[in-house]
Amino acid sequence: MLSNLAKKMFPKSLWVYHCNSGACNGCDIEILNVLTPFYDVERFGIKLVTSPRHGDVMLISGAVTRPTLPLVKRAYAAMPEPKIVFGIGSCTIGGNMWFDCYNVCGGAEKAVPVNYFVPGCPPRPEAIIYGVALALGLVDKKSAPVELKQMEFPIDMYERKKAWEERNVVYKLLED
Amino acid sequence: MWLTSKIKQVMMALTPGVVTLKYPFEPHPVPPDFRGQPSWDHHKCIGCGGCAAHCPARTIMVRDICQEIRLMLYDGGRCTYCGRCADVCPEDAITMTDNFELATENKRDITQSMELFMATCKRCGRCYEHETTNAIDRMSMKGYRYDNLEMRAFIPVSTEHLDTALLEKTEKHKRPEK
Repeated sequence: MLSNLAKKMFPKSLWVYHCNSGACNGCDIEILNVLTPFYDVERFGIKLVTSPRHGDVMLISGAVTRPTLPLVKRAYAAMPEPKIVFGIGSCTIGGNMWFDCYNVCGGAEKAVPVNYFVPGCPPRPEAIIYGVALALGLVDKKSAPVELKQMEFPIDMYERKKAWEERNVVYKLLED
Repeated sequence: MWLTSKIKQVMMALTPGVVTLKYPFEPHPVPPDFRGQPSWDHHKCIGCGGCAAHCPARTIMVRDICQEIRLMLYDGGRCTYCGRCADVCPEDAITMTDNFELATENKRDITQSMELFMATCKRCGRCYEHETTNAIDRMSMKGYRYDNLEMRAFIPVSTEHLDTALLEKTEKHKRPEK
């Protein structure tokens, strides 16, 4: 019963712990910007806390660098159980420009499981609010994978491999 | 005396009114030169790969799976939204849209893939030459590219003629584990 109550009340007051894992401070400034009266996220019951033990939500900014990797893991383990992780900025999603750098993990996903991604370099404060609202179920998701094609082929010419070769052999046999 | 000063303070605090944006419920317009998600125009694109060569985060990857088809993948996960791809595009096929609401729980949602039909030049295979001054850029530009789209790995190798051995090798390419 208590767990049901906790589940019900969880989205109504999210306490946010901000974890900088080697970010350039751009995303951090935007996160602080979100907490100002202009973009007031306390409307959604979100409050910034300084200790991971108090937090429900972890906002990771930055590609997880090698020195911060054990610290990020420990901070994630210190958070109490119903927990969400937000990846803020392109660094957390794919590592940004440093994706195959020697001292970077290539995204926060390699360190901790990330639930929501907010792309941008840095993301606008509105984009962060949109991500939070998406997690709370206030808005619909707008992004979807895009596939563009110049022309449709009747046969899959681009799979010019074994299957294509075999088919071609059949056609040649028919001609003879 | 102190009461009047308090009243004055209250009046000062009341004058600006409510400044908070009603953002997720009402749209908030972006500034005029805002760079959001880039979008391809597959009718204009000639498949030169200039965007792939200039992208600082290597978000745009090119793979030639046969002589005629060139596949391009834009991986928005690590995009910097710098707009260099739109700057360098000779055909203005890339535009930076004002779409910033890209938050998602799946990384695949912010990718774009494009399939291009490439005509074959009988002399060189590919006739596009981007830059004549910088030899390093020319090396990375010319010919066929073998990036692994499945693993989203950028492979800085290009050949003048289609190399089937390299194509198979890069298909099984795995980024080194750390």
